[in-house]
Amino acid sequence: MLAALRCVIHRDLLLAARRSSDVMTVLLFFVIVVSLFPLGIGPDPALLRTIAPGVIWVAALLASMLALQRMFASDHSDGTLEQMLLGATPLGMTVAAKVFAHWLVSGLPLVLISPVLALQFDFPQELLGVLTLSLALGTPVLSLIGAIGAALTLGLRGGGALLSLLVLPLYVPVLIIGAGSAEAAAAGIGGQPQLLLLGALLVFAGAFAPWAVAAALRISAE
Amino acid sequence: MEKTGIPSLEAIDLHCARGERRLFSALNFTLRGGELLRIGGPNGSGKTSLLRIACALLEPTRGEVRWAGENVRRLQEEFWRQLVYIGHASAIKDDLTSAENLRVACTLAGIPVQPARIGEALRELGLGGCENLPTRVLSQGQRRRVALARLALSEAMPLWILDEPFAALDAGAVERVQNLIAEHLARGAAVVLTTHLETRIATTLRIDLGGS
Repeated sequence: MLAALRCVIHRDLLLAARRSSDVMTVLLFFVIVVSLFPLGIGPDPALLRTIAPGVIWVAALLASMLALQRMFASDHSDGTLEQMLLGATPLGMTVAAKVFAHWLVSGLPLVLISPVLALQFDFPQELLGVLTLSLALGTPVLSLIGAIGAALTLGLRGGGALLSLLVLPLYVPVLIIGAGSAEAAAAGIGGQPQLLLLGALLVFAGAFAPWAVAAALRISAE
Repeated sequence: MEKTGIPSLEAIDLHCARGERRLFSALNFTLRGGELLRIGGPNGSGKTSLLRIACALLEPTRGEVRWAGENVRRLQEEFWRQLVYIGHASAIKDDLTSAENLRVACTLAGIPVQPARIGEALRELGLGGCENLPTRVLSQGQRRRVALARLALSEAMPLWILDEPFAALDAGAVERVQNLIAEHLARGAAVVLTTHLETRIATTLRIDLGGS
C-alpha cells in the first residue's frame, strides 16, 4: 500500500515538473496579488504593517483556489481516476497522497515565498516566523477542504465558479484564525493559541477530508 | 485444467437505467473461471454501463453483481485487488513515458513489478523502443497498446474486464491481445469484453444488448 502512495506522490510531482507552467501560474498570481496592495494603498508603513497578514492570507487563499480545479480534472478525463477508484489501495489513502502532492506543488511555494513578500509591507522581521508558520499549517487545510469541493464539482460544466462558491465559505475559519495569529503576534499577545487551533484544524481535516473526497469521487464517477 | 480455484462472477436480475432511458433489464449470467463473456450490441446499448456495473463503479438500478457469492459493492478493495479493468479511456498520461505509465497503472492495481518486466510487457505489445518516449508523441493505437500492456503483467488477476480492447489497434496488435486473452483463459481465469470485432477466441457466453 505504501508503494502505491509513494507512486501516486511521485507521479504527481513528476507531472508537475514536466508541466511547470501550471505551478508557476499559481505562484506568480500570489506574488502579483500581494504586490498590488502596497502599490494601490500607497507608502503608509503603519497601515501596510496592519494589513499585511490579512492581505497575504487572502492572496494565498485565492491562489490555492486557482489550483484546485486541476486536482482531479486531468485524472478524471483520461480515465486514471477510474483506475484509482478500482485500485488495490483504499481510495481515501490514495486521495490523501494526491492532496499532499498537490499541496507540495501549489501550497508549499506560497509558504516559502511569503516572508519575502511580507517585506513589502514593512512587516516586523521577528514576526515573519509566525506568519510563515501559520501559512505552513493553514495551506494544507485549504488544500484538504478544497479537494472536497473539487471532487464534488468534477465533470460539471462551469464547475470553476461553483467550486469557488462551495469552498470559499468553508475557508473563512481558516482565514480568520490564520491571519489572526500574525495579528495577535503583532499586537504583542502572541499567536500561539491561533497556531494551535490551525494545527488542530489540520489534524481534523487530514483525518476526515480524504474520506469525504473519496465518497464524492465515487459519486462523480457514476 | 483445474478451474475450481477461481470464483465465479454472477449477475442477478440486473436492471440499468440512465436518466429516462432503460438500457437493459432482468439480466442474469454466471461466468466461471476459464470462460469468456462477450457483450455485443449497437452503440449506446449499455455495454460500457454493464461493464462499469460489473466493476462496481456504477450502481445498478436493481439487482446485484456477485463475486464468489458476495456483492461486489460490499467487497470493494477485496474484489478490486483481483480485477483488471481497462476502460474506454486508456488512463494514459501524455507527459509520462510508456514505461512510467505502465508502472503507475500496475502499482495502483497492486501488482508488484520489476522494471525489467515492464520493458518486456511493452515489447510484447510491439512497443519496443518506445519505452522512454512521452506518450504524447505516440499514435492513438500505440497509446492503447501501452494501456493493454498491463494485461501481460496481470497473469495473477483472476478477472479481466475489457471495454473495447481492440479499438484503434492494427491487425498485428489485435492478434497479440487475443493471444494474451486466450492464454489467460487457459490459465483458468475469467474475461469479460465488449467488441465489434469477430474474435477467434472461443466465446462461452454471449450477451447482446439492445433489441434482444
